[in-house]
Amino acid sequence: MAEPKPMKMGRRGPMGPGPKLDHPFKTFGRLIKYSFGRYPVPSFLVLVFMLFSTFAQIRGMLFIQELVDDHIEPLIGQVNPDYSGLLHAGIKIAIIFTVAALGNFTYQKIMVYITQGTMNKLRVDLFTHMEKLPVKYFDTHSHGDIMSIYTNDVDTTRQMISQSIIQFISSFVTIIGTFISLIRLSPLLTLVTVFMIFIMIMVTKTIAGKSSGFFVSQQQKLGAVNGYIQEMMSGQKVVKVFCHENIAEEEFDVINEDLYKSASSAGKLINILGPVNAQLGNLSFVVVSIVGGFFALSGIGGFTVGALGSYLTLNRNINMPISQISQQFNMVIMALAGADRIFKLLDEPVEADDGYVTLVNAKIENGEIKETEERTGVWAWKHFHQADNTTTYVELKGDVVFDDVDFGYTEEKMVLHNIDLFATPGQKIAFVGSTGAGKTTITNLINRFYDIQDGKIRYDGININKIKKDDLRKSLGIVLQDTHLFTGTVKDNIRYGKIDATDEEVYAAARLANADGFISRLPDGYDTMITGDGASLSQGQRQLLAIARAAIADPPVLILDEATSSIDTRTEKLVQEGMDKLMKGRTTFVIAHRLSTVKNSDCIMVLEQGRIIERGTHDELIAAKGKYYSLYTGNQVTA
Amino acid sequence: MIKTLAKYIKEYKKASILTPICMIMEVIFETIIPYCMGLIVTNGIEAGNMQYILIVGGIMLVLTIIAFIFGALGGIYGAEASTGFAKNLRKGLFHNIQTFSFSNIDKFSTSGLITRLTTDVTNIQNAYQMLLRMAFRAPVSMLFAMVMSFAVSWRISLIFLGAIVFLSICFAIIIKFAMKYFSQVFEKYDDLNETIQENVSAIRVVKAFVREDYESKELKIAAGNIYKMFVKAENVVVMNGPLMFFTIYATMLIISWYGAHLIVGGSLTTGELLTLFTYSLQILANLMFINFMFVMFTLSAASAKRIAEVLNEESDLKNPEEPVYDVNDGSVLFNNVSFAYNADASKYVLKNINLDIKSGETIGIIGGTGSSKSSLVNLINRLYDVSEGEILVGGINVKDYDMESLRNQVAVVLQKNVLFSGTIFDNLRWGNPDATEEQCIEACKMASAHDFVMNFPDGYNTKIEQGGTNVSGGQKQRLCIARALLKNPKIIIFDDSTSAVDTATDASIRKALKEAIPGTTKFIIAQRVSSVMEADRIIVMEEGEVNGFGTHDELLNNNLIYREVYESQTGANADFDEMKGGI
Repeated sequence: MAEPKPMKMGRRGPMGPGPKLDHPFKTFGRLIKYSFGRYPVPSFLVLVFMLFSTFAQIRGMLFIQELVDDHIEPLIGQVNPDYSGLLHAGIKIAIIFTVAALGNFTYQKIMVYITQGTMNKLRVDLFTHMEKLPVKYFDTHSHGDIMSIYTNDVDTTRQMISQSIIQFISSFVTIIGTFISLIRLSPLLTLVTVFMIFIMIMVTKTIAGKSSGFFVSQQQKLGAVNGYIQEMMSGQKVVKVFCHENIAEEEFDVINEDLYKSASSAGKLINILGPVNAQLGNLSFVVVSIVGGFFALSGIGGFTVGALGSYLTLNRNINMPISQISQQFNMVIMALAGADRIFKLLDEPVEADDGYVTLVNAKIENGEIKETEERTGVWAWKHFHQADNTTTYVELKGDVVFDDVDFGYTEEKMVLHNIDLFATPGQKIAFVGSTGAGKTTITNLINRFYDIQDGKIRYDGININKIKKDDLRKSLGIVLQDTHLFTGTVKDNIRYGKIDATDEEVYAAARLANADGFISRLPDGYDTMITGDGASLSQGQRQLLAIARAAIADPPVLILDEATSSIDTRTEKLVQEGMDKLMKGRTTFVIAHRLSTVKNSDCIMVLEQGRIIERGTHDELIAAKGKYYSLYTGNQVTA
Repeated sequence: MIKTLAKYIKEYKKASILTPICMIMEVIFETIIPYCMGLIVTNGIEAGNMQYILIVGGIMLVLTIIAFIFGALGGIYGAEASTGFAKNLRKGLFHNIQTFSFSNIDKFSTSGLITRLTTDVTNIQNAYQMLLRMAFRAPVSMLFAMVMSFAVSWRISLIFLGAIVFLSICFAIIIKFAMKYFSQVFEKYDDLNETIQENVSAIRVVKAFVREDYESKELKIAAGNIYKMFVKAENVVVMNGPLMFFTIYATMLIISWYGAHLIVGGSLTTGELLTLFTYSLQILANLMFINFMFVMFTLSAASAKRIAEVLNEESDLKNPEEPVYDVNDGSVLFNNVSFAYNADASKYVLKNINLDIKSGETIGIIGGTGSSKSSLVNLINRLYDVSEGEILVGGINVKDYDMESLRNQVAVVLQKNVLFSGTIFDNLRWGNPDATEEQCIEACKMASAHDFVMNFPDGYNTKIEQGGTNVSGGQKQRLCIARALLKNPKIIIFDDSTSAVDTATDASIRKALKEAIPGTTKFIIAQRVSSVMEADRIIVMEEGEVNGFGTHDELLNNNLIYREVYESQTGANADFDEMKGGI
C-alpha cells in the first residue's frame, strides 16, 4: 500500500490554533474599543445592570443566613410565632430579586444590540476593506483562508464579545463578592476554601497543559484529514477513471484513524476536567463542614450554625465561577487569535491610487473639448496641471504605449523585460507565446492590477500612474481567462458591465456577443437564476455571458485574455463575428492560442520568457520563419 | 435517518452504552451528596455531634471519589464513543463516495460532499457526545433531585414541580420562536457567505468593472438584513436567562416562607431546608440544560440528514454478477445508443448513435458547445450508463465487464483534470502503481512533458502543490496525458486535453502516440481541426447526434459543418502555403 502522502495543511480547521499571539493585550484592547467602545452608554448600562444582577445573586445566598439565624431559629419553640420580621425581610429581598431579574433582562437585551451591531459592522468593514485591497492580496492569500476570517474568526469573536467577556466580569465579581462575604463570615474558614481553590487551579492547569499537546496534534490531524478530503473530492472523477478508489480509501483510513486517536485523547482529558472540578468542590464542602462544624461547636470566633449554612452555600458558589473562568480561557485565546486575523485584514494597506486624471463626459465644439454633465458617448481625460494651475482635456481614444517596461511579481524575479509596444486607437494587438511567457502578465499591467517596476505605460499619452484607477478601469473592457459569474439572473450578470443599463441594452449586448441564442433557450430566459458561479452553464455559455458583460460596458479598449479558448470552434465563429463588430474602433489586446483569433490582428507580439522576440503581422511573421512560424504550423524551425 | 447513522457506531457500541450509565451513576452519587450535607448540618452541627460530622464526612468523601470515578469514566467513554463515531461516519461517507458513479457525484457536487465530510460530521460528533453524556444525565439528575426532595419534604417539592411546569412551558415557547427565526437567518447567512466567496474568487472582475463600491453597498444591505433577523432571533433567546432567574428567585422566596413555617411547626429542620435549596438549583439548572440541548439537537438534525443522504445513496452503476475481466481488443461499437443524464429527463443528450470503430483506429471528435462530445466518450468506459441501446468494447457489452478492468483498459484524460499533492512520480504512478522510473520518463517523453519536468530543480521529484497550482495549464495537461499513458490501455480518450498546449507541441504529442502505441484505439476530442484532421476517421457531433463520420477528405466534401470549421481555422494555412511557394 502506498505511503500516505505528506499533507499540506489545507484550510484552517474551524478551531485551528492560531499563530502565537504577539500582542494579546493590544488585540484585546482594540477589540473592546471596536465593539463596546462604539456603544459607550449602552456598555456602561450593561456593566451597571450586570453588577447589580451579580450582587443580587450573592445577596440571595446571604439571605439564607439571615433567614435561618434571624427569622427561623428565634421562632422555634414559640407558641405564637411572629412572622412579620420574616415577611419584611422577604419583601425586601423580593424587591431586590425583581430588580435583579429586570436588570439581567435589560443588560442581555442591550447586549444583543451591541453584539449584533458589532458583527454587522465587522462584516461590512471587512468586506468594504477587502474590496479595496490590491489584486496581489488575493493572489498571495488562499481564498479558503480569507473565507475562514468571515466565517470562523468572526464567529469566535462573536462568542467572545457576547459571552466570554460578560461571563468573565460576572464570574470575577462573583468571586470577589463571595470572597468578601466568606471572610466576613469566617476568616479562618476562608483559609480552607482558598487552599481548596488553589488545588483546583493547580489540577486544572496540569490537565489543561497536558491536553493542549493533544489538542494541537488533533488540529494538525484534522487539517490533514480536511486537506485530503478537499483534494480527493475535487479530484473524485479522476480517482474514478484511474480506479484509484481502493488506494484512496486506504490512505484515508490511515489519517482518519490518526485523527481519531488524537481527538479521543484530547477529548478524554478535557472531559475529565469537569468531574475533577465538581468533585473537588464536593471535597471542599466536606473539609469545610468538618472544620466549620468544629468551629461552630467550639464557638470559635462566634461562628454560628446559620453562618455555617451560609458559608457552605457560598463555598459551593465560589467554585462554579472559577471553573467557568478556566473553561472560558481557551475560548478567549482562540477568539483573540481570530480577532488578530480580522484586524490583520483590516490593517492590510488598500490599493494605492495617486491618480488625479479623471474620465469625464465631453463634447467637441469647434474642435475644442468641453466637459459636460450628460452622457454624450464622447469621453475625455481631465488633466489638471498643478505647475501652472491649468486643466487640459484629452479625448479618450485608446492609444496605449508600453515604453521599456520591466515587471516582476516579486522584487527578486522579473517576469517581463524591456517590453515596448504601441497600439494606436482601433488596432488589434495579439500576444502569443507558450504558457508562462508573460502574456497574461502584460494585461495585468494595463489596468494596474499590478504596478510596473520600471518603464512607462501611457494611455492616450498620459502616464497611467496619473490616471485615477477607477476611471482607468472603466475605460478598459476585460474578458478574463476564468469566467466568473455572480449569483443573480442572467440579466443581472450582463448588467454587471453597466449597472444602469436598460433591458434593451442588455438584449443588444447579448445579441452582439451571440449569447442571445442560448439565453432564450434557458428555462426563464434572461431571468434565469445563475448560482454557484454559473455551474449549470457550459464553459462556452459562461464565456459568451462574459463577453456580453464586457460589450455592455462599451469601453474604448478591450483586453481579451484567452477569451475564446474554451469555446468550441463553431461557437467561436459566432463569437468572432460579434467581437469583430465590438472591436470596430476599439483598441484590443488579445491573448489566444488559435490562429483564427490572431491571424487578422494588426500586430502580433511573440513573447518568450518575458521578452518580445518577434513582432509583426501574421504574414510578416510567417515569412520570418521564426518562433511564430513553428508555433502555428506545428513544424519545427529547421533553419 | 437516525437508523442510518446509528449503524456506524459499530465498535464504539460498548463505550456508547457505558457513557450514559456512568453519567447516571455519577448523578446518583452527586444527588446523594447534598443529602449528606443536610445530614451533617442537622444531625452533626445542630446537634453538636462532631463524631457524626466526621462519619458522614467520611462517607461523603467515599461517595465523592466514586462519583469522580464514574464522572471521569463517563468523560473518557464519551470522548471515545463520539470521536470513534465521527471516525466511522467519515470512513463510511468516504468509502461510499468512492463507489459513486459520475452521476452520483454530479448530484451532490464537490463542495456538498466536502461539507458533509467535514462540518456536518463535526456537528454530529458534538451532538452525539452531548447526547451520551448529558441527554441521560440531565433528566435523571432532575428526576433524582425531585425524588430526593420529595423524600425530604413532599410539600415543598410541590413548589418545585410548579416551577418546572412553568419554566418548561416558557422554554417550549421560546424554542419554537427562536428555531423559526434562526433557521431563516442561517439560510440568509449562507447566502451572504456565498456572496463574499464569489467576490473573493472574482475579485479581478469586480475590479475590472470598478464595482467595489457597488458590491460593498449591496453587501451592506444584505448584512443589514441579517443583522435585523439576528436581533429578532436573539431577542427571543435572551428571555431564557431572566426567566430562569425569576423562577429561581421566586422559588427560593416561596420555599423560605413556607419552609420557615414548617420548621417552626417542627416538621422540617434547617438542614433539610438547606438541602432543598441545593436541589432546587439542581433541578432548575438541569431544566435549562435540557432546553439548551433541545436547540442543539434540532440544529444538528440538518447535518444528520445531509450525512444520511450520502450514506444512503447507492451507486447507480453496479458490477455485473459474473463480470468479464479481460478486454480483448480496442474495438468499440455503439449500437443505437441514446443517453440522458437524468433518468426522468425527457431531454436526451445523445440520440441514436451508431458507430463501429476498429481496434487501433484513431478517431477525432469535433463539434459545437453542448453537442455532447464528452458525453459520448464517457459512455465507453462506463462512467455513465446508456439510457437505450448498447455499447460493446472488444465485442462485449460494457455492462458485462468488471468496472475496474474496463476502466484500466479504457484510459481517459478528462477535460477538467486534476493533479494531486505529491511528487510528479507519485502523480504519474496513479496510472500504474508499479511503473518504473524509466517507464514514467518514457510516458512523459511521449506526452512532451519530459523537457519541462527536467527544467524543474527537483525534476521528477518536484512536489505538486494541492490542486496543481505550481504547474501551468499546459504542463498539467501534458502530465495528465503521461499519467493516462502509463496505464498502457487498449483504448485512450483525450477529452480536449491539449487545449492549453501550443500547436507545435500538440502535433508532436500526436506524432509520438502514433509511433509508440499504434495498436491502441485513440479518441481525440478537440477544438482545433489540426488536432483531428490526421485521424483515421472523424466524428462530427451536432446537438447529440452524429452529423458526419468519415475521413478528413470525405467530410470536407460532404459535411457542411466540418467544412465550415475547417475553413475558419485553416484559411491562414492556405495563405501560408501560397507564401511558402512564393519565397
